[in-house]
Amino acid sequence: MLSIKNLHANIEGKEILKGINLEVKAGEVHAIMGPNGSGKSSLSSVLAGRENYEVTEGEVWLDGKNLLDMKPEERAREGVFLAFQYPVEIPGVSNINFLRTALSEIRIHRNLPPLSAKDFLKMTKEKQELVEFEAKLANRSLNQGFSGGEKKRNEVFQLAMLDPKLSILDETDSGLDIDALRIVSNGINKLRTADNAFVLITHYQRLLEYIVPDFVHVLYNGQIVRSGTKELALELEEKGYDWLKEELRGQESINIK
Amino acid sequence: MEKDDMMLDELANKEYEFGFVTDIDMDISEVGLSEDTVRFISGKKNEPQWLLDWRMKGLKAFQKEEMPKWQNFEMPEIDFQSISYYAAPKKQAKYASLDEVDPELLKTFEKLGIPMSEQKQLAGVAVDVVFDSVSVSTTYKEHLNEMGIIFCSISEAVKNHPDLVQKYLGTVVPHTDNVFASLNTAVFSDGSFVYIPKGVRCPMELSTYFRINAENTGQFERTLIIADEDSYVSYLEGCTAPMRDENQLHAAVVELIAMKGAEIKYSTVQNWYPGDKDGKGGIFNFVTKRGACRGEHSKISWTQVETGSAITWKYPSLILQGDYSSGEFYSVAVTNNKQIADTGTKIHHLGAHTKSRIISKGISAGEGQNSYRGLVQMGSKAKNARNFTQCDSLLIGDQCGAHTFPYIESKNNTATIEHEATTSKIGEDQVFYLNQRGIDSEQAIALIVNGYAKEVLNQLPMEFAVEAQKLLSLTLEGSVG
Repeated sequence: MLSIKNLHANIEGKEILKGINLEVKAGEVHAIMGPNGSGKSSLSSVLAGRENYEVTEGEVWLDGKNLLDMKPEERAREGVFLAFQYPVEIPGVSNINFLRTALSEIRIHRNLPPLSAKDFLKMTKEKQELVEFEAKLANRSLNQGFSGGEKKRNEVFQLAMLDPKLSILDETDSGLDIDALRIVSNGINKLRTADNAFVLITHYQRLLEYIVPDFVHVLYNGQIVRSGTKELALELEEKGYDWLKEELRGQESINIK
Repeated sequence: MEKDDMMLDELANKEYEFGFVTDIDMDISEVGLSEDTVRFISGKKNEPQWLLDWRMKGLKAFQKEEMPKWQNFEMPEIDFQSISYYAAPKKQAKYASLDEVDPELLKTFEKLGIPMSEQKQLAGVAVDVVFDSVSVSTTYKEHLNEMGIIFCSISEAVKNHPDLVQKYLGTVVPHTDNVFASLNTAVFSDGSFVYIPKGVRCPMELSTYFRINAENTGQFERTLIIADEDSYVSYLEGCTAPMRDENQLHAAVVELIAMKGAEIKYSTVQNWYPGDKDGKGGIFNFVTKRGACRGEHSKISWTQVETGSAITWKYPSLILQGDYSSGEFYSVAVTNNKQIADTGTKIHHLGAHTKSRIISKGISAGEGQNSYRGLVQMGSKAKNARNFTQCDSLLIGDQCGAHTFPYIESKNNTATIEHEATTSKIGEDQVFYLNQRGIDSEQAIALIVNGYAKEVLNQLPMEFAVEAQKLLSLTLEGSVG
């Protein structure tokens, strides 16, 4: 589904991504871990098309379509969903109104007929229940006055409503207490199908106890330096990132010799 | 959510939608302003002597007055002698039905979406259309008549209800008020008149559409609304004007009078032609609007959505005379490209326990300049009077400007005045967030702006709120890089 080949990207002239390679197939869950500043959030921003990043090299394909040629809204309509690490507040714009606008754009793109108000509300209700999102939050202004946890849960609710192919969750677990983490993870697990895929960007192994990944990748200094299964996450949890850094430094010095 | 959908559907059209000219035979006065012009207008309308005398007083005042200098923009040169002060469709006869109305005119109305059709009437809107100075159609009159409500053109009111007109005309905005009000007094062509008798609640929104059509014809409407004791009326004024290259002057006067226990809600959606991207053409909108809460517990609220005009110079004001009277001013003003808006309100608290609330939302895009200018005055007898003012500015891009000039004067130490102000920019993060959900930047801005203005838009009657939302989006088209 997603194919990233040798992706390099700059922000303000500084190279942040230095040749990322990643293949994600439908039905899979990939976790991307790594220490602070390794480029995890940059990768999600570049995939979503944030303007201040400049792609200098490489390719990104989504089901055979060149993602890098598309505007952010086109990527979204093609089925890329980014659950933001810091969702913004938009005063006066009701959550539901915003979702209806977004959904209608996506449906137009997919050649689906518009949903009637009745069907839309029915769907809203179902998805709210599925991801345990309070109805009162759905009717408030978009994220305005929401707690950190409520904002993250709203991201998952939106994900449920928009039904993307590829969901990238950028540190969705950060700032969540254990109950909220469980609710968010349950929601995501229920949304997993054979046709969609998830990329979980996380700092901690904790999230992966709830959402079990098929693959774990370690991002360090703008590159994926190691890939494995969920055991890799456990190893990282146990040893921290330092051993990996040490090991990599060792390799580098060997290479220099 | 229906509102937003309808609004978003409209985003496709780029050029000023209502830019077309209707070809109808016009009866136009000669260019220029003199005593003869005033006599010509008054004579055309078969006015009584007292009205002609009053017009003459207005003319004399106009000739003495100077253009205001305090506004936050350079006043354009207006050659008052190159304007034609009267234009009326030649077919003067009143129509028994729509079938008799000039089809060209009807087509124009259709393009404007003026709700003259049966279905719209069923929706409960009585429309008094002012088409270049003379009213051509008044609907729902009979129904209103039965309740004792008078809703007609001011010319008709002069003929049929001269006592009422003479008693109230010019009592809120005197003929000496300012240069534009004096000019209006001298040459006002037509406008609306509303009288709601004691204890009557007007059952529908009263609505008038003003529209400038003839080239070089300034339009000078005069509106007078009187709500007698314990009555209620909601009135909506909507404007659209066709595209013109020359600047056209628009100097209207609106007077509202609320007696004891009465309430008037006055809403405006203003969409005059703003000029092109380089600031060529566009309407100069110099309007004097004022309401007097004469009786105890009376209430007047102004709601305005100002999206059009090259220059908007407008301060709908309130005189809170009666004890416990209250006033509200809700405003959204948008400037894009080279548009200028200098708008706000003046609220004079004279009576005790009077209350007022000001919510102003300015939006600037392109090279637009947007000023809020407000005066809150507490008189010596305004015991326990209260005012709350919130004045927000939203900037889109880095070429535009937002300015705030709030004046406060208090002569009573029991009065409370609160003022809050914010300035914000539409954040790239907000736009990107919406982009990431499949919404393009233009729609994203429309959503954000409508959210920002919601508190004011919510004050408008439902169907006009939809129109206002559309206008906001249309006005801001192309403002995102």
